[in-house]
Amino acid sequence: MSRPSEHAPGWTRDEMARRVAVDIRDGSYVNLGIGIPELVAKYVPAGREFIYHTENGLLGMGPSPAEGHGDPELINAGKRQVTTVPGAAYFHQSDSFAMIRGGHLDLCVLGALQVAQHGDLANWSVGGPDAIPAVGGAMDLVAGVKSIFVITQHCTKTGEPKLVESCTYPLTGVGVVDRVYTDLAVIDVTPDGFRVIELAPGVELDFVRERTGAPLHAAERLTGV
Amino acid sequence: MIDKRVASPAEAVADVRDGASVLIGGFGEAGSPIELIHALIDQGARDLTVISNNCGSGEVGLAALLKAKRVTKVVCSFPRTANSTVFPELYRSGFTELELVPQGTLAERIRAGGAGIPAFYTPTAVGTPLGEGKEQRHIGDRDCVLEHGIVADFALIKARVADPHGNLLYNKTARNFSPLMAMAGRTTIVQATRVVPAGDLDPEVIVTPGIFVDRVTCVADPAHESTLVAAGATYP
Repeated sequence: MSRPSEHAPGWTRDEMARRVAVDIRDGSYVNLGIGIPELVAKYVPAGREFIYHTENGLLGMGPSPAEGHGDPELINAGKRQVTTVPGAAYFHQSDSFAMIRGGHLDLCVLGALQVAQHGDLANWSVGGPDAIPAVGGAMDLVAGVKSIFVITQHCTKTGEPKLVESCTYPLTGVGVVDRVYTDLAVIDVTPDGFRVIELAPGVELDFVRERTGAPLHAAERLTGV
Repeated sequence: MIDKRVASPAEAVADVRDGASVLIGGFGEAGSPIELIHALIDQGARDLTVISNNCGSGEVGLAALLKAKRVTKVVCSFPRTANSTVFPELYRSGFTELELVPQGTLAERIRAGGAGIPAFYTPTAVGTPLGEGKEQRHIGDRDCVLEHGIVADFALIKARVADPHGNLLYNKTARNFSPLMAMAGRTTIVQATRVVPAGDLDPEVIVTPGIFVDRVTCVADPAHESTLVAAGATYP
């Protein structure tokens, strides 16, 4: 597939979200972080059912309500109005984080500022004296949910790698990330470091390596090339 | 006769003293007891420590309490919210101290406090700046940090339905921290949209049993923070 030359090679945000959804097993209980992770809910593969958890107290979250049909007291963790699906349940924060910390959720998809080669995640603060620190449930999610996927652009807006040897931003958790989906590739975090398992269409492995701040191994049978 | 009803938000918060610690329910605007907070602004107590997930938005409710310089410390998981300008100013000027706590740890600290558990170990925040300086222990196959329960002088929460015993039901995701805060407040004050006679609530569906509640005041048509902020409202 050819793309207009002014576009960078790789997946769009929606294509990244669709790629994540392909890897989610039928019947999974899933928490989606704020931002790009929320797009994953648009791409449930045919024949599968995912139950979305939002840590402010709802299991069975549905899409945003039609204009004028929302309830300011029915919101998601990003404080946006949502709906419920049949079979939904409300609960208080202690139950919600028992689901998280107790390992009852199958998967959490989060955004990232940086991911380190052994799975450290930084996604809550850029540090600095003037920043207002705010963490929400991110540290609890990475400490407790069975699988942690990260969905993020491969580089920052200024072209700095987000996949690095070790994070320079404050950590959210140590050794917690299992897999990273970027606009360029799908990358597993392994005991040996980052390992590409799939490249976006038209993207060469060396192109990804040049944009990664840590050694990048490649699976023997790399898909997408 | 048990009857925890009081006539107004003003009466409900009349004895909050300077220096008190106050749990305030809500996640964003959902469950925020705006009328109780406004009554607390009118009442005038200062040097408060507020334990709440957020720091409000605009210049109403919790943000207005902060703006009025009544709060010298907040214990909070996410003080940065769209339309929140009040807290950042107070934080940068040094007037209001921030204790940042992961959301699940905050919830469990409040639950533990209310349940008589002085402290507990959790893997959340190990190896991060929020775990630094905390007692650490290896339990099972994981490193954990020690976190302390929270008990506060007062809890201000919002419910959908209450009865004179203080039994409570909530509205959707407005439940969030309120059932935990009801347990952890030495004096727990509820604003309820509707107050029904004892016996009207099915004992099977009561979310907060009345033993955790001290005062109930009816606010039949509570304001929504987003509506007030959109209208440019301020308080007082």
